[in-house]
Amino acid sequence: MSTLENAPEGHGPVLRMESVRKTFGDSVVLRDVHLEVAPHTVTALIGASGSGKSTLLRCANLLEEIDDGAIWLDGEEITDPRADQDAVRRRIGVVFQAYNLFPHMTVLDNITLAPRRVHGVARAEAEERARELLERLGLAGKADAYPDRLSGGQQQRVAIVRALAVRPRLLLLDEITAALDPELVGEVLEVVRGLKEEGMTMVLATHEMGFARDVADQVCFLDGGVVLERGSAEQVFGEPRHERTRRFLRRIVEAGRL
Amino acid sequence: MTVVKGEPAPEGADDTGDMTRGGPGGDGYVPSERRLARERHRRARARRATAIAALSTLVTAALLYLVVVNAPGWPRTKETFFSAHYAREAFPKVLEGLWLNLRLLLVCGAAVLVLGMLIAIARTLRGPVFFPLRVLAAAYTDFFRGLPLIINLMIVVLGVPALRLQGVTVDPVLLGGTALTLTYSAYVAEVFRAGIESVHPSQRAAARSLGLTSRQTLRHVVLPQAVRRQVPPLLNDLVSLQKDTGLVSIGGAVDAVRAADIIVGRSLNYTPYIVAGLVFVALTIPMTRFTDWVTARMDRRRAQGGSL
Repeated sequence: MSTLENAPEGHGPVLRMESVRKTFGDSVVLRDVHLEVAPHTVTALIGASGSGKSTLLRCANLLEEIDDGAIWLDGEEITDPRADQDAVRRRIGVVFQAYNLFPHMTVLDNITLAPRRVHGVARAEAEERARELLERLGLAGKADAYPDRLSGGQQQRVAIVRALAVRPRLLLLDEITAALDPELVGEVLEVVRGLKEEGMTMVLATHEMGFARDVADQVCFLDGGVVLERGSAEQVFGEPRHERTRRFLRRIVEAGRL
Repeated sequence: MTVVKGEPAPEGADDTGDMTRGGPGGDGYVPSERRLARERHRRARARRATAIAALSTLVTAALLYLVVVNAPGWPRTKETFFSAHYAREAFPKVLEGLWLNLRLLLVCGAAVLVLGMLIAIARTLRGPVFFPLRVLAAAYTDFFRGLPLIINLMIVVLGVPALRLQGVTVDPVLLGGTALTLTYSAYVAEVFRAGIESVHPSQRAAARSLGLTSRQTLRHVVLPQAVRRQVPPLLNDLVSLQKDTGLVSIGGAVDAVRAADIIVGRSLNYTPYIVAGLVFVALTIPMTRFTDWVTARMDRRRAQGGSL
């Protein structure tokens, strides 16, 4: 039995966005964004910094309120003002670029906080599952350490465990390797690969093009808040339709990142 | 003085420790002549700095002594402010009064922490329902931080009994304690609020995306970090409160200050004030040292991480 199995699943896309628009003051960060994420697939959001990748993820988790359009999670509209936002967030795991671990708690407490306080799991059971996950991600000895004592790669893996501990339906990964030293990137990406094999549905914003091409079932190229190109990894990386995509990929190749 | 260049070297710096630092490597490391010379120089500089500090202290002390003793009024001052006879008489009385200050500190301190925290939380609550609460809390802190403590005390200690309300105490200790709590809650609320606002928004975002409600986020993620950060300024306010408990004497409560006052009134010798002042200082020093210790310990724990 997999320890990472998903919550009971519905039919159709796990996440669906339609005509999503989001502005901060005068700047339009997302305009008319459409997205569909099928169960057990990985969607990679690529694009330059400021193209709206992170905002899109934050909107999907209701950390940002969208201006227009709608978002569905398992067929249920979560942007309905009457929707229970806490209940929605309970079903979505998020891993942040800067880890955002709670510095005043041990690794174990970081991981068991939500299962215990939000999902009402008994401490012993929550800790057992946390230790199991830590062990799987090669962090068995770190349960009682404080986050500050861990390397960036270890902290990010703990953050992944924390997101997984509540058995989310969907995992959002926001440039999770962007803050890591190059030699630590691999260990974190390896974890994501493992999760894909277990069938976790994921949406990830990333600058790691090689990884995106390798792991993603669907790649979306964002440019100026628009999903300019959406298709399989082969399509988007192999034969991009838009000039902007081609230019972006060329720059990436020149920088030696692909 | 051109002798001491640069910063004063730490006295008794562990020069010997420097020497052996390369040793345990087991790589047959032998300190170079350059390193040994450098360390000799550092030791010499440290010795010189210590000597200069000692000399300068001695000269300053001697000067101060001479200035005070040679002041025209010194014999008179010595008698009225530093009389051993009156000090002996005042000391036990002052200590007796101090017990009241200590009890006030304990009770008011606890009340201030609770009330201050509630006000701080009220000020950070979002949502339209809490609008009146937010406004009240803001008005409270604005008012009581601005109102001089002594005026607050007089209004409460003298004004409340004048109302002759049924069932309301006229005990100057209780009323004085209430006034202290009112003022200090406002200070402490601001300290807590600063702490709450210093917790980075990404912490809140992480907690909310785990599904924690805003109340759970406040309780498990924001407040623990806020309080930890604010321990030094909180203890600072408590030290301040400790001194200000002396002000309840204006209502006639016999605390350390009032006990000294009584003797002064009888003898026209001011030594008891000096005694009371020194007792307060003596009480404050352990508190400040405790503050330093707690702060240092928190820094260490964060750095070590796993030890607790």
